Parts: sequence; structure tokens; C-alpha cells
Amino acid sequence: MLWESVKLALRTIRRNVLRSILTLLGIVIGVGAVIALVTLGQGTTDKVRADMAKLGSNMLIARPGASAMGPPSGAESRSFTMRDIEALRAGLRNVRGVAPTSNKQEKVVYGTASLDVTVTGTEPDYFTVQDWSFIDGTSFSESDNRSGTNVCVVGATLVKDLFGGSPAVGETIRVGNMPCTIVGTLAAKGQSAFGSDQDNTVVMPLRTFLRRIAGNTRIATISVSASTADDLAPVQASMIDILRDTRRVGENEDDDFSVRDLTQIAATMSSTTSLMTGLLGAVAAVSLLVGGIGIMNIMLVSVAERTREIGIRLAIGALANQVLTQFLVEAVVLCLLGGLIGIALGLGLAYTGATFLQVPFVVNTGVVIGAFCFSGLIGLIFGFFPARRAAQLDPIEALRHE
Amino acid sequence: MLALRNVQKIYGEGAARAVALGGVDVDVQPGEFIAIMGASGSGKSTCMNILGCLDRPTAGSFKFHDVEISSLSNDARALFRRTYLGFVFQGFNLLARTTALENVELPLIYRGMPKAERHRQAARAMKAVGLEGREHHTPGELSGGQQQRVAIARAIVTNPKVLLADEPTGNLDSSRSHDIMKLLQALNREQGLTILMVTHDPDMAKYCTRHIVFSDGHIVDDKRMAA
Repeated sequence: MLWESVKLALRTIRRNVLRSILTLLGIVIGVGAVIALVTLGQGTTDKVRADMAKLGSNMLIARPGASAMGPPSGAESRSFTMRDIEALRAGLRNVRGVAPTSNKQEKVVYGTASLDVTVTGTEPDYFTVQDWSFIDGTSFSESDNRSGTNVCVVGATLVKDLFGGSPAVGETIRVGNMPCTIVGTLAAKGQSAFGSDQDNTVVMPLRTFLRRIAGNTRIATISVSASTADDLAPVQASMIDILRDTRRVGENEDDDFSVRDLTQIAATMSSTTSLMTGLLGAVAAVSLLVGGIGIMNIMLVSVAERTREIGIRLAIGALANQVLTQFLVEAVVLCLLGGLIGIALGLGLAYTGATFLQVPFVVNTGVVIGAFCFSGLIGLIFGFFPARRAAQLDPIEALRHE
Repeated sequence: MLALRNVQKIYGEGAARAVALGGVDVDVQPGEFIAIMGASGSGKSTCMNILGCLDRPTAGSFKFHDVEISSLSNDARALFRRTYLGFVFQGFNLLARTTALENVELPLIYRGMPKAERHRQAARAMKAVGLEGREHHTPGELSGGQQQRVAIARAIVTNPKVLLADEPTGNLDSSRSHDIMKLLQALNREQGLTILMVTHDPDMAKYCTRHIVFSDGHIVDDKRMAA
């Protein structure tokens, strides 16, 4: 009986293809939006997480200036000095490394090829703190750093663009006006969470960088990697204490630097994406509701149109329940069809979006099944009233109906 | 088999009160072929609807084999209807765009009969009304007479005790009408099917074994004819 109803429903839907499709549109858009949003949202969250992991694990970053994010706010904030670094190295426990860094955009030239690159001056700890690994050569050494030798480590983009992928170690490139010998090449990390290419980089000893490239003694940031995630909070607290002390920040003064926990930033970004997903999901839910009302409307029209048919069915032996089932099944089948189209549309949209936004395409099976069942539920809820109306028709009245 | 006792049907109340049936007594014996006649508004259709369990009497009793039908619930009446009664209408009332065989199968579907058995019985009913080979035509592809035959096949496929026909020849020309009447007569004679037929055409009533004439909500004539 149920199967007969399904077949009958499919036949009725086929007879009114255009009307059925228009009716389904609300459900299709609703389900499609939910699927697309959840899939894209999941992909984005995964990507943010992966990006944050690439930046370095359990990392704390100190910047001069009280502002939390963004570049150091210029002259009014004092940059860090080597004294700060030494105090941190001496005072911090449970850390894997402390790396002072300074950056500058510079033109790098090899032969006839040139490239604009982020040049970073730092100490060998940097590679530990940032979780960089080498595919060729090694880091520069402590003594390189102390004596300020002209050596550097280069990123994957640079190797690809300047050397066409052939071994770069031992070659000499020109960074700004300084010739510099490559001692190591880094494994690729890809884009950062903020969209810049992390592999377009040259890393050299801090002293070399300050003397030959920057021409000053400013240390822009200090990166510290805590041993475990549990150490993050105490390490952050002692960093603040030590830096306040070395920078002579008075007891009643605010910090003139900030120490940020990257996992916090990651959490904030994930929660922002999930908030957006949630809000857009609510919009999608409204669309589903509207779709449901559309289904109810068209089912009422269908019942009115087929009053005579219902009368015939009642006269030849259909029970009220069977008529109810028939119309309910029709509404559910209609909605499930809409759900299926919506899922296909949503996944298609999400796939396109994921390719475009360069985030992974992650299908959440639970959500897909959930959306399918939910569209059926909408059919059940919004189909019930029209179906009951059909079932309660008086057979004589219905038969007289033209 | 069917017994109406002082059955009344009154529509509306007060000034709008209209008496459709003003106390009717009818007894139907198995194997009868009854013509119910009368002008329109005489109450014959109302009486037919009550006999067909499509309508309830306002007062009086309606018994089928000593079971009081008029007090049953809607669902119980629907069950009674589909177990014992078959219907043929003036307007054929076939489902459009559905093949003849599927139309005939429909009552069996509602009875939950398995597909193979359903096909067999529907095909047999189609044969009984002389429509072999037309099983897969839709009503639109059949003539009026053929459509009415499909409707009769649909009515008898469930082996009902009583066939109720409301002006079955009303939409047909004279020659087709006689064909249908001969078919009904054959079903009545050969299978002993009890038939109640509303008609206003004396020519059609000639096929029947009994004439009941209504006027103004009362039976004014009830006579058995020589077979």
C-alpha cells in the first residue's frame, strides 16, 4: 500500500512537472543553502586549523605596542632589544625556543631573475619555534649569528622561482645590496591563514639582517614556543612579567607590548566562521520554512483540484486513512525530491566555492543525511493539514464536485 | 437483505428545511434487479446514497442482514461499503490518464491485495464486461460505452453483494445504453448480483425485475415485473 502510494505520488508529480519543480524550489534552496554553508564552513574551519598548526605549535608572539593585532604601531612603541631576548631565555621555563625576528620586503636577485621576498632576520631557534623543516642543507649556526656572516636559508617559492627547482644550497643570491650564500632550503608550508605565501621567504642571522638589510637594531617580534599546550598560560604570564621588567614598565603603567597566543587566535577565527555558518544557517532554515508553506499551499490546491478523484477513491473503497496516507506520501515524496536536488545543488555549490576559496571540500555525511530527513519531515508536517482535509471529504460532495 | 424502515432525510433547518425523504420503507431481496425511478428532486438519489452508505438518514433504520448500518462510524461504513457494495456512476468516474486495468485494480489496491492476484482478478473482470484487449487503454482512448464497462468491471471486481448504479446510461446513446443494460442483466441473471439502478428512462427500466417510483420523497409505486 505504501509503495503503491509512492508510485502514485511519483506519477502525480510527473504529470505536473513544472508546478512540482516550482513548488520544490523553496525546499531546494533551503536544503542547498544549508548543505553549501555547512560544507564550506567546515572546509574553512579545517583550513584555519591546519594553517594555525603550520604557523607553529603552542606559539606565543610578543609585539611592541599595546595593540593586539596588526603591525607594530611605529615610533611610539619601543621595539625589543637583545637584552629582552636574553632575559627571556634566562627566565622562561618549559619552552622549546625563543626567537627574535624582524622582517623587511627586499628584492632578491639570482642571475637575471629577481623576486620580491619577505626577508626575516632571526636566530636558529626560529626554525624550532615555527616548526620549519629543511629539505636540503641546514640552518645557519649560532656562530654565524654572532659574527653576522652572509648566509641565509630560503623558502620553497624562492627555490622554484629563482632556481627552477634545482638545488640552491651553496649558491649565492643578492638580497638587497648584500650577496648571501644559501646554506639550507625549507620545506613548503603554503599560504598563511592571512593569505600570504609563507614560502616566499629568506631567513638570515639577525645580526646580519640588522646590519646589512634593516640598518637599525629594532627587533619587531619575539616568538616563543611552549613545550606543551598546558604550558601556554604560565609561559605567557612569565613572558609578560619578564618583558615588563626589562622594558622598565612602571607598576601602574599598561604594557607597552602584547603577548598573543596563536591558539587563541585560531579559536577566535574558528568561532567566527561557525558564527557565520550559524547565522546563514538560520537564514536557510527560514527558507526551508517558506518552502514548507509552499508545499502546504500546493497540496491544498492539489486536494481541491482532485476532489472528484478523492470522491471516486472513497466510493470504491478507500478508507479515510488511506486517502490521508496517499496525500501525505505525496507531500513527503515531493519534499524528499526537493531535498535530493537541494543536496546535489548544495554540494555542487560548495565544491565550486571550495575550489574558488582554496579551502578543502569536506562533505559532512551527517548533515547531508540530516538535511534529507529534515526535508521529509517538512513534507510530513506541512502535508498533514492538506492530507487531512482530503481524508475528511464527504464522498457524495466530492463526487458531485466538477 | 437490505431493509429501509421509515427512513427520513431532511436538509437544513427552520425556513430552509427541505424534506428529501419523508419516511420510506424498502426491502431488497438477493438477486433482484431494481429500477428506482422518479422525477429529479423526488428523493430517488438521496435514497440511493443512503443505500450506498454514502449518506446517513436523518431518522429511521437501515439494516443489512439485520445489522444496523446507519449508526456505524464513518470508517465502519467505509469498510462495509467496500466489502459489500459496488458503484457505477452516470459520469463513469474513471481516473483519467490511468489505464483501464489500473482503474479496475484500484479497489483491490485499497483492500491490500498482492499485485499478481490483483492483476488476475482485474483481467477477469475486464473479460466479464467484454473488454479483453483494452486493458491498457486510458479512459480518454475509450468510447463512453467502453468507459462505462470499465466502471462496471471496477464495481464487480471485488465480488460485491449489491451493485448500485446511478443513471448508468444517462450519458450514453440509445444503442450503447441497451448494451450496458444487457450487460447488467447478464450479471444479474448469471451471477445472481443484486442491482439497484436509478434511471428515469422507462426503456432501461424494462430490463429490471422490479420498479420503485419516487415522488416528493415518498414511494408512490413499487411493483415486481414478470421476468
